[in-house]
Amino acid sequence: MEAHSSEVFVIGLTVFFLACIIGYYVVWSVTPALHSPLMGVTNAISSVIIVGAILAAGPQGFDTSKIFGLIGVVLASVNIFGGFLVTYRMLSMFKKKTKKTKDKE
Amino acid sequence: MVAILYLISALLFIFALRGLSHPESSRMGNIFGIIGMIIAVFTTLMFKSVLSYYEIGAAILIGGAIGSFIALRIEMTALPQLVAAFHSLVGLAAVFVAAAAFYDPVAFSIGKVGSIKTASLVEMSIGTFIGAITFSGSVLAFGKLQGTISGKPIVFKFQHLINALIFLLIIFLIIIFVINQSPTIFWTIVIISILLGFLVVIPIGGADMPVVVSMLNSYSGWAACGIGFTLSNNLLIITGALVGASGAILSYIMSKGMNRSIINVVLGGFGGEQDTSASKDNSDKIVKQGNAEDAAYIMKNADSVIIVPGYGMAVAQAQHALREMGDILKKEGIEVRYAIHPVAGRMPGHMNVLLAEANVPYEEVLELDEINHDFPMTEVSFVIGANDVTNPAAKTDESSPIFGMPILDVEKSQSVLFVKRSMATGYSGVDNELFYRDNTTMLFGDAKKMCEDIVKSLSA
Repeated sequence: MEAHSSEVFVIGLTVFFLACIIGYYVVWSVTPALHSPLMGVTNAISSVIIVGAILAAGPQGFDTSKIFGLIGVVLASVNIFGGFLVTYRMLSMFKKKTKKTKDKE
Repeated sequence: MVAILYLISALLFIFALRGLSHPESSRMGNIFGIIGMIIAVFTTLMFKSVLSYYEIGAAILIGGAIGSFIALRIEMTALPQLVAAFHSLVGLAAVFVAAAAFYDPVAFSIGKVGSIKTASLVEMSIGTFIGAITFSGSVLAFGKLQGTISGKPIVFKFQHLINALIFLLIIFLIIIFVINQSPTIFWTIVIISILLGFLVVIPIGGADMPVVVSMLNSYSGWAACGIGFTLSNNLLIITGALVGASGAILSYIMSKGMNRSIINVVLGGFGGEQDTSASKDNSDKIVKQGNAEDAAYIMKNADSVIIVPGYGMAVAQAQHALREMGDILKKEGIEVRYAIHPVAGRMPGHMNVLLAEANVPYEEVLELDEINHDFPMTEVSFVIGANDVTNPAAKTDESSPIFGMPILDVEKSQSVLFVKRSMATGYSGVDNELFYRDNTTMLFGDAKKMCEDIVKSLSA
């Protein structure tokens, strides 16, 4: 955090635009059949916001900020576990013809 | 060190999305995503300021247990609701993180209470604004998808003007907030943004839900981005941008699948009761009705069958019975394939997941542009729970609300079987002239029951 604040912002902006471009190309390469799992994964990774929630919940003692942080951790965790698991369930159903699997849950 | 670990985590997220380019690599992709998340969480826990491990651990366990429970129990037909519900949580989490940063700026090194850096305040309020909209919009979308709230678009006078005014009000409040840093203003922004989220989704009808769900997906990403800027955290910025881009592209693909601009969808009101006149014109036309035995007979004597599933199949949970039908036909040496329209179902890729759930191999499931030119060489098209996506009016009738929408050319196959509950029009409220053609047979009834009956007739 030693850098000048406007400099930090510009770095953030640079990262932001580059990430948008990467996102654009990566997402177009996703096969349409897997668009539902794509939503599942993006949903799970957008919960990386948990990082901010942990920082808020980090300090010892109890204050408003910490309570908000802990709520944030709970909400994001629901999403992380739920998002990755539901994606896992979806993806494990996409099978090849040759395998001839006939499993029942 | 922290920055490098965060970078690794961000790269793993990119690989997670990249893996989805093919079903074979997708499972590995999901694992990359999980590893990335674990690295992100543990890196953050190593921060010097993070001390309350027990509380955080408990919070993760509670949230994780709830999330796992829901994810393992959910029916695949209810996937769109689930995704909407999850989006709302991301939005809400963003609001809470922003609030936490506002109440304890020192923990995030963005200043002191009452004298937070201006840039951080702006970023914080944008994150809050988008997060709150994502939250309430997703809650409403969830209600509409679940059926708790009517899926019909709710339109009222001056709707867009009111939304625009509310938006201007929020900008005004953000400016005041940046100047006086008052908690009251902060929470006013939250509440008004929540209200705006409701108002934005209210006019959008059920069939446009794929676009809405994708859009909210995008918003949840931008919200994470806003928080990332507030905390000067590149991992959040990168991930947020990836998710935001992903949702935006999906929204674009979905609206293109309906030949409508995103703006048109967002403005809403589509699929109301307009156009009742069109259906009246056809009331005296004759429909050829058939039963399961007729359908079984027609398909048994064909060489190739293309199955076109739609939302009706999902509602009736007919995918397993349908796959069984397909299996019997394949055993008879008939070529069976599935054709998926981009907007079939209530979320992008919904039909593919349901067919995969019923163990249909993904090679047999084709997208519109992969299979559309095969319809003229196909003997039977079996349309189950779909309507508008097969309507030739989209090509011929310029006055039709669905004109210009890409459709599956089932009309070009030698005969068409339509499984439908009744003669009711599709979501667009447009009548389908295909129903009245000589080579069309209507199979009225529940989609699942119909498939089961056809299976019985086929094996008899």
